[in-house]
Parts: sequence; C-alpha cells; structure tokens
Amino acid sequence: MTLKERMLIALHSVKDPEIDSISIIELGMLEEFELREDRAVIKLLPTFMGCPALDIIKKNVELALMKVEGAPPAEVLFIFHPPWTSDRVTDTGRARLKEFGIAPPPRHMTETGEWQADCPYCGSTYTTMENLFGPTACRSILYCKSCRNPFEAMKPISTLM
Amino acid sequence: MKKSLQDALIDEHFRSAAAQLLFQLADDDFILSYRGSEWLGLAPHIEEDVAFSSISQDTMGHAAMFYGLLEELGEGSADTLAHARPAEERKNAILLEKVNGPGTYLIEPQYDWAFTVVRNYFYTAGKKVKIDSLKSSSYQPLSEAAVKVNMELFYHLLHWKTWFSQLMKAGGEARKRMEKAAEEVFQELGGIFSLGEKGEIMNSLGLISGEEGLKSAWITMMKPVFQELQYNMPSQFLMMSGDGRNGEHTEDLQTALNTLSEVYRLDRSASW
Repeated sequence: MTLKERMLIALHSVKDPEIDSISIIELGMLEEFELREDRAVIKLLPTFMGCPALDIIKKNVELALMKVEGAPPAEVLFIFHPPWTSDRVTDTGRARLKEFGIAPPPRHMTETGEWQADCPYCGSTYTTMENLFGPTACRSILYCKSCRNPFEAMKPISTLM
Repeated sequence: MKKSLQDALIDEHFRSAAAQLLFQLADDDFILSYRGSEWLGLAPHIEEDVAFSSISQDTMGHAAMFYGLLEELGEGSADTLAHARPAEERKNAILLEKVNGPGTYLIEPQYDWAFTVVRNYFYTAGKKVKIDSLKSSSYQPLSEAAVKVNMELFYHLLHWKTWFSQLMKAGGEARKRMEKAAEEVFQELGGIFSLGEKGEIMNSLGLISGEEGLKSAWITMMKPVFQELQYNMPSQFLMMSGDGRNGEHTEDLQTALNTLSEVYRLDRSASW
C-alpha cells in the first residue's frame, strides 16, 4: 500500500463527533487530499457553518494522520466552495446514519421546500415533522406514527434552495 | 471578472470597499445572534428554544465566516474583530443591537417575543435579498460564501415567516402586539439596507447591489405576505436612532459588548 492509501484509510477512521457511526468521508466532507513533500493538505467542507464540531474534526484528522507511519504533518483547511450539500452523503453513509437512528437526508423536496423522511426504525412513511430544527444544526426532529418513535433526520441542503 | 483574494490584496481601493461591506455583514449577524442567544431557555416553548438556538448558532457561524474573510484581507484576527472592537467601530444596523425587552438575561427578563419575531423576520428577509445579490459579487470569496449562507438561510426564513404569519393571523392581543412591534421595527429598518458612506463605491465595484435595489427587492418579497395578512406597510423605512454603518450606536450595543466580551477581556492571550 502506498503512503497515500494508508493515510486515506486513517481518514476513514475519523468519525462525526456527534454521530459516531459515520465517517467524515461518508458524510461527503472530504473535498481534496493532496500529499506534498513536507505536508498533507486536507480540504474539508463544513456541513453547516456554525457547526461546533468543526474544530474537533480538524484535531481528530491531525491526530489520525499522525499515527500513520511516515506521514508528514497534516494541514486541515475548511473551505466552502464547492458548498457541502446533503447529496454528498454516500450510500454507505446513508446506511450508517440509519443505524444511528437518523433518517438520511431526503433526496426530494417540493417546490415550497417541504420534505418527508421515512422512519429509520420501521421504515414507515407515516411520519410527521415535529421541528425542522434539532439538537444539531444539520438535523430535524420527526415522529413516526407507525412505530410511535420520535426520530431525527438529516436536513436536505441543496444549492437549489 | 471576479477578483480573487490575491487580486484584492494588490488593489487597495477594491480591498477596502470589500472589507467595509464584510464588516457590515459580519457585525449584523454577530450582534443579532448574540441577542438570539439571550433567549436561550426563555423562548415560548421548548421546540422554539431548540429552533431559535439552532438559528442563532447558524447565524454566529455566518458571522465567523465573514470575520474569517476579513482576516484574510488583513483586518486582524477573527476573534479580535468579534470581541475587541469598541462600539464606535462596529458597523451593524442599530435595529439589531436593540435589547430584546426590559430586564436582562439574569435579572427578570421581560423579553418581547413579538418584537423578536418581527425583527428576525424582517432582517432575515433583508439578508436573503443581500445574499441573492452577493451570489454574483465581484469578490469571488464573498460570492462563494453567499452560496453557502443561502442554503441555511432558507430554513431561517421559513421559520420566521411561519411565526410572523401565525401571530398576525391570530387576531386579538397577538395582532395588536405584532403591529406595535412592526411599527417599532420599521422605525429602524432603513438601517439594514444602508451600505454606509462607501455604499456607492461598493455598488460601482460590483460588490453588491445598491441600497435602492436591495430595498425594492425586499418590498417585492414581502408585499404578498403583508397583503395576505391585510397589513399595510409604511411607505418609508427609517433610521430614527442613526446609521450604524457609520459607527452610530445606542447604549444597548455597549452593554451587549461589555457582556459578550467579558471572558475574552479577562485574559486576551488565553488559548482556547
């Protein structure tokens, strides 16, 4: 395995501090990874600008790469172009979110901006929106009328909004 | 042709106009999200507490991003810009610095929810109009930031519009208090459209639309909402307490700055 491949595997181990089943790569946050002579430049896209987990993620990326033998120091940069959108979450990422009890971000929205999410526990579509805003900037709170569980969904975010 | 950071750094005329605009954008979001944070635990119900805190957090994130762009332009570190500038150097609109109501967070907060809903709704609509214009700003980093902010703003606007419409439709005391709050907000609303002394230069450099353009876009957006609610908008948006873009502010800003920078001033060299 090349150094870059080993570093990439290490990056996969960096999880979202607030949803520890999903990695930052599965979330679609990694935009660029450049291995230079003296350092590795990692460009990440923040999901939401005010996300307090960003500093923790930065530190965790640095720590994870430090453990890779022969890896140069990492320079972690947050950029906002291109903007992170919820369709960047990978298929594996969507499955991981569900495991955690969070419905993956819906792929469709009506023209008025309304959207629905299926229950991550029982799969029912019979759900209601309780609060568009949730415990973190990227999540909303919903309720499943089938299995009667409250659950969260990752908010759809797109440049068409 | 859009200008990159490198282009801006070798063109002082452009750089300083872009910085002036960024100070307005950053300071607006910064002080309003501070006012929003003072509502924590006091909002009308728990769902609103969650929602409003989330919006304030997003808004503080936008302020941090704008301060970050100022840092790149050589205006000093983002933390210093946010915490250490005296009131007379702040460029926020006066509407946004006003207290939430009588009392303080710690002592008998008798905050005014109607005023909060109207101020946030009208400001957020104004921010939407600006962000739409900034998406084609001649300063590339700012136009990219606008795309990002726009996506989050969508949810904020929806939220405040819902509150505004529901309380206005409720009739009775709610309607009365909302109309009184709207009257109060319109007396300072002109301040959010002001671009300050360098406004025309900003416009001619293609950084942002002119004040009149922004104002008329706001009216176009809000008119159907007001019509549906049978509310008559006043013909003028005033700046009764002055123009914050020129460093004019009220005592409310000074008290807010004293509180929010208290920890920062305790030990400026502390590392977080």
